[in-house]
Amino acid sequence: MKLLQLPPEELNRQLAGAGVWMRTGPFSLKIQSRIPSVAQGLAELYGQFEVRSMREAFADFHVSVNPPSGLRGWLKPQATFSFDGSQPFKPLPRDQAFPMLEWGLNWCVSTQAHQFLIIHAAVVEKNGLAAILPAPPGSGKSTLTAGLAVSGWRLLSDELTLISRKTGLIHPLPRPVSLKNASIDVIRQFSPDSFINRASHDTIKGTVAHMRPPRESVRRQHETASPGWVLFPRWVPGAPTRLKPRSKAQTFMFLAQNAFNYSHLGADGFRVGTNLIDQVSCYDFEYSDLHEAIAAFDELASAAPNA
Amino acid sequence: MMSPTRNDNLLARILRTPDSITRFSMSEWDTLVRQARAAGLLARLSHRLRQHDLSRQIPEAIRWHFEAADTLAAKQRTAVIWEIRQLRAALSDIDSPLIVLKGAAYVAAGLPAADGRLFNDIDILIPRQALQRAESSLMLAGWHATGLSEYDKRYYRRWMHEIPPLQHIDRDTIVDVHHAILPDTARYHPDSSKLRSHAVPVEGLPGVYVLGAEDRILHSATHLFHDGELPHGLRDLTDLDLLLRDAAQSEGFWNRLIARADELQLSRPLFYALRYAHHILETPVPEAVLVSLDANAPNRMTLALMDRIFSRVLAPAHASCEDRYTPAARFAAFVRAHWLRMPAHLLIPHLFHKAFISPYLNSPPKAA
Repeated sequence: MKLLQLPPEELNRQLAGAGVWMRTGPFSLKIQSRIPSVAQGLAELYGQFEVRSMREAFADFHVSVNPPSGLRGWLKPQATFSFDGSQPFKPLPRDQAFPMLEWGLNWCVSTQAHQFLIIHAAVVEKNGLAAILPAPPGSGKSTLTAGLAVSGWRLLSDELTLISRKTGLIHPLPRPVSLKNASIDVIRQFSPDSFINRASHDTIKGTVAHMRPPRESVRRQHETASPGWVLFPRWVPGAPTRLKPRSKAQTFMFLAQNAFNYSHLGADGFRVGTNLIDQVSCYDFEYSDLHEAIAAFDELASAAPNA
Repeated sequence: MMSPTRNDNLLARILRTPDSITRFSMSEWDTLVRQARAAGLLARLSHRLRQHDLSRQIPEAIRWHFEAADTLAAKQRTAVIWEIRQLRAALSDIDSPLIVLKGAAYVAAGLPAADGRLFNDIDILIPRQALQRAESSLMLAGWHATGLSEYDKRYYRRWMHEIPPLQHIDRDTIVDVHHAILPDTARYHPDSSKLRSHAVPVEGLPGVYVLGAEDRILHSATHLFHDGELPHGLRDLTDLDLLLRDAAQSEGFWNRLIARADELQLSRPLFYALRYAHHILETPVPEAVLVSLDANAPNRMTLALMDRIFSRVLAPAHASCEDRYTPAARFAAFVRAHWLRMPAHLLIPHLFHKAFISPYLNSPPKAA
């Protein structure tokens, strides 16, 4: 059953009670929350995801977002993320409860799921090949990812590239795409049909909103992809679209430094990482116009050997 | 006698009788994985199931939790050995042996208690007179005191048997430098020089020592029954279980253990350690040993109370193991430990500070 098939009052009842069981990519979640904006965020953004009865017995991550206990909550409404009883973060203003759930879920995956090499990068797929987009904040990574995801590329993830240690294949985790500041309006204009939820202001990342993942990406969330490219996007105002080959060794070092768990995996992290680098072409990618950028990506995909 | 909570403690049940997982429902698996994670015992549980050839009984969808824990444990094991070498190098100008304690010692000595052990820090023992030199040498090598309030730092230096935890500036690893195994203010204070005189060199790590087999067990017992906060109580109890099972293979071990406990004034913590290891994990302890330690038992009322407290604080720190008395039991264990560590005129102001001042000064990091 999909989440959107649950009547809203039933969703709210489960969420405020024992929690909602939901599957996202390789992980099953049990989410519990009494905060209305969390219920609203889930209803708006996770409609296509599979939910099961409350009695579903096993979940990988048991999480909740609730008002903190104690007096402080009365003075200033806040929300606390909890992972099975432990609170890894300080409470945030109540207005940020839904983004906090998203960040908390990313934290669960990046600190636990060591069956993957987890790189801090967006990843999209076309014709079976994945383009990995690692980049520091402000580089236009999420704008580009959202643009590609609504233009024929399959969204695998906007934050967490999960590379299986057993197969070297990339496992999708197509949760909502986090958009920050100016990129919210850029995507609203670029793709008026896409749903973007209410923005939360004054978060530590600025203004944040989430785009609903395309239905097709969610439907195919168990379909893995082979690594094809590593592209470092950089949005430069007025710059022509430009693809510049990049050293594999340098790219490897960058990926290792930007992996959440490279050092945890020991020698196996090196093996998985070098194996990945051997299969991909590496580029620096500069752009200013989103349409042109997507055209350049499409060209890459059609030039690939198995296209 | 043990406990209303024992039935809900699936983890302890599986550690005692691993075979029962073959009849587990998915909801029992859910509880087991959550308890084991909360107790810091996921990797140890994984190791135990592997030893009993039960890994294939873990449902496919759940297996990754165990594999991920194995990955982390293997990485930590390598890292601990490497870190011990760094400590040895940093402390090369200290002309006394470097003694590693607890988890790091189990790894260094290659004991079964190292299997599936997860670490929060590395503990070392340095003679008190070398402490100041050791701290400045460690600072030069990148270890600094961090993350504590000024009150806590003063408290450590004035009253404790260790200096504030030192964190490495690049690697974030934490080292706890002890000069004794109990504070000076404690009811009992075993002579550290006696411990040092029985230390054993570690093969393959020149200049690194671990405590003797009996002393390791006594130290683990002392730590468990004198430490106020026991987030990893069950993990430490499984350490004791593994240490005891391993050491008991050597001829005359139990007599040596009892004599040594007496010599170091640690018979009471040994009594508790054997009692709870035996009850909770079915650690084999000869009847004669339990009888001879009975002289060190507290009176019956106290013991009944202690059973109620420790059946709770030695359960995994997870909601599924808690009942309405758990918070009271934790608080009682905290007060008891401090009562044993310092006299009342020091204890009461300290607890006041911890209860009413510290909570407003320390809190966890912001979400990123």
